[in-house]
Amino acid sequence: MNEIALLLAATLASGTPLAIAGLGLLLNEKAGVLNLGAEGMMLVAAIAGFAAAYYSGSDIVAFAAGAAAGALMAAIFGWLVIWLNTNQYATGLALTLFGGGFSAFVGVDFAGKKLSDRSPLNIPGLSDIPFIGPALFRQHPMVHVAIALMFAFGWFLYKSRAGLVLRAVGESPESAHALGYPVRRIRFFAVIAGGALCGVAGAYLSVVYAPLWVEGLTAGRGWIALALTTFATWRPARVLLGAYLFGGVTMLQFALQGAGVEVSSQLLAMLPYLATIVVLALISRNPVWIRINMPASLGKPFHPGS
Amino acid sequence: MLKLEARPQPSKAMSFASPLIALVLTVILAALLFAALGKDPLKGLGVFFVEPLNGMRSISEVLLKSTPLILCALGLAVCYRSNVWNIGAEGQFLLGAIAGGGVALWLTTEGISGSRGIYSPLVLIAGALGGMVWAAITALLRDKFNASEILVSLMLVYVAQQLLNYLVFVPWKDPMGFNFPQTKTFDASTWLPALLPKSRLHWGFVVALVFVGIFWSFLFRSWRGYQLQVGGLAPAAARYAGFSARTSLWTALLTSGGMAGLAGAMEAAGPLKQLTPHVSTGYGFTAIIVCFVGRLHPVGIVFSGMLLSMMLIGGELGQSRLGLPNALTGVFQGLLLFLLLACDTLIFYRIRWKGAPHAVVPPAVKPATPTTAKEGA
Repeated sequence: MNEIALLLAATLASGTPLAIAGLGLLLNEKAGVLNLGAEGMMLVAAIAGFAAAYYSGSDIVAFAAGAAAGALMAAIFGWLVIWLNTNQYATGLALTLFGGGFSAFVGVDFAGKKLSDRSPLNIPGLSDIPFIGPALFRQHPMVHVAIALMFAFGWFLYKSRAGLVLRAVGESPESAHALGYPVRRIRFFAVIAGGALCGVAGAYLSVVYAPLWVEGLTAGRGWIALALTTFATWRPARVLLGAYLFGGVTMLQFALQGAGVEVSSQLLAMLPYLATIVVLALISRNPVWIRINMPASLGKPFHPGS
Repeated sequence: MLKLEARPQPSKAMSFASPLIALVLTVILAALLFAALGKDPLKGLGVFFVEPLNGMRSISEVLLKSTPLILCALGLAVCYRSNVWNIGAEGQFLLGAIAGGGVALWLTTEGISGSRGIYSPLVLIAGALGGMVWAAITALLRDKFNASEILVSLMLVYVAQQLLNYLVFVPWKDPMGFNFPQTKTFDASTWLPALLPKSRLHWGFVVALVFVGIFWSFLFRSWRGYQLQVGGLAPAAARYAGFSARTSLWTALLTSGGMAGLAGAMEAAGPLKQLTPHVSTGYGFTAIIVCFVGRLHPVGIVFSGMLLSMMLIGGELGQSRLGLPNALTGVFQGLLLFLLLACDTLIFYRIRWKGAPHAVVPPAVKPATPTTAKEGA
C-alpha cells in the first residue's frame, strides 16, 4: 500500500515538468504558433535555474531565473517567426540546437554538481492522512502549482475574454485582425508566456527533480511535452492527464528495475519514448478528430496587409 | 523606422548571399564571445576557421568529418524539399552504425576470410538498410496513423541511442575489453579502404561526392524528383496533378534514412572500426544545419558540410589549444542557423525606411509553409 503511494507520488513529481511545459506549449499553439524549440528553452532554463539556486540557495530565485531564460529564448523565436516570417519548424529546431549547445557551454563549470535535496512540503493534517498524504501532500509545491495552473488555463482559455481573443487569433488570424486585434502582438505574448512556463519546467528538472546538472539533462522531455498537446487534443485537463501518464511510464522503468525484473536498464529506458510514439499514433489515427480540435492556423505565418 | 516590404519576386542573389552574411555575422559574434571569455578573438577565430585548413593532415580530417554530414544532409534535403520534416537523421545514422557494425562484427567473430572488395559494400549496404528500416517506422506511422513525423522521428533517436547502448553494454560487448562498453575491433577486411596514405580519410568521401551527383540529377532532372518538389512547394497543385503524397512521403523518408544509415555504417567501419555508445557526435542534428546552410541543394551541401565539419574540428582544437569548452561548437552551430533564417527573410522582403514610396506590386509568393504535420494526409 505504502509502495503504491510512493509510486504515485513519484509519478506526480516526474509528470509535473511535462505538465507545466505542456501547458505553456498549449498556450503557444492556441495562438497558432508551433514552437519546436521547447527542448532548447528547457535546457537553457534548467542551467539558468540551477546556477541561480546554486548561488542564491533560493528556489523562488531559481524558478524566476528559469522563467526569464525561457522567456528570453522564446522572444528570439517569436521575433523571428512573427515579425520576420521565418519558417516555424526550422526556427524552432534552431532554438533547440542552439539551446543544447548554449546550455552545455554555460554549464561546463556546473557539470556533475549537485544541489541538496529539496525538502517536500509538510502540511500538518493533510500530509498525515494515510496513503493520500504521502502520495499528494508530501510534494514540492510546484506539483500543486501545476494542478492550479491547469484550472487557471481552463478558466482563461474558455471563460475569459482575453482567452477568447487568443483562441480567435489561433483559429483565424485574418478575422481577429479584421476586428482590430493586434494579432502579432498577441502571438508574441503567447510565445513568451509559453517560453516562461517551459523555463519553469526546465528549472524544476534541474533544481527539484534531479537535482543536479548534466549536459542534455532534459532528455527529450521538451519533445514529449510537444507531443502532449496533440495527445490532449489541445485541452488543458488532458495535458495534465497525459503528463502524469508519461510520468508514470518513466517511474515504471525504475519500479520494474527495483522489482528485479530481468530486463536490461537500457531497454527499459526506451519506455517513455516508445510510449510517446504509440500514444501519438493512436490519438492521431483519426484525422478528422485532430483537424476539429487543432487550432486552424497552427504553424501558419500571418502577415497583415498581404 | 525600418520596415519590411515584400519583393515582387524572391531574390535569387539574396538566396546565395544569405548564408555568407549569416557566416560573417556568426564570425563577428564568435569574436565577441571570445573576447568576453578573455581570449584573444583573432587567436580564437584562427583556431576555428583557419587551423582546420592548415596542412594536408588537417584538411583530410575536415573531409573525413564532412562525409557523414554531407550524406545525411543530402537525404534531408529531399525530405525538406518535399515538406517531410524528418528530424531524426541522428537515429537513422545510429541504426546504420548498428546494422553495418553488426555485420562487420559478425564477419569478425565468425572469422570468415574475405576481401575488402566484398566486405566493405556488404557493411555499407547493411547500414543503409538499417537506416531505411528506422525511417520506415516514421513513414508507416505517418502514413497509416497520421502521426507527426517530426515527433516520431525525434523520439526514435532516443530509442536508437538506447538500443546501441544496450548492444555495446550487453550482447556485443568485447569480452576482452576490460568491461568497457565497446565491441571488438572489426577485422581489417571489413574496414573502409583509406583514400590517402597516413590519414583517416576513407573512400566514403568519394562515395558521398558520387551521391551529390546522383541527388542533383534526381532532384532537378527526374520526374519523381519534380513530383516531390511540387508536393513540397504547392501541395494543392500536386494533388490536382495527381502526384501521390504517400509516394512522396515514403520516397523522402526511405531516401534520407538510407543516406543516414550509410553514413553511420561508414563511421563504424571507417574511422572507428568498432562500436561504442559514442558512434555519433550529433552528426544527424548538425546535418540539419548543413542542409539549410547549403540551401537544400546538393552542391551547396558539399560546401556547408565542409564548413560545419571545420567548426567541429575547430571546437576540438579550441579545447586542446585554448582550453575552451567543446560545447562552443554547438553554440556557433545554433547561432549560424538562427542568423541564416533571419537573413533568409531578405530573400522575400527588402528593408525600407517607413515613409519611402512603395512599389505597387503583388508580394512574392513564399513556399507553402507546412500547415502542420499533424494534419491529415
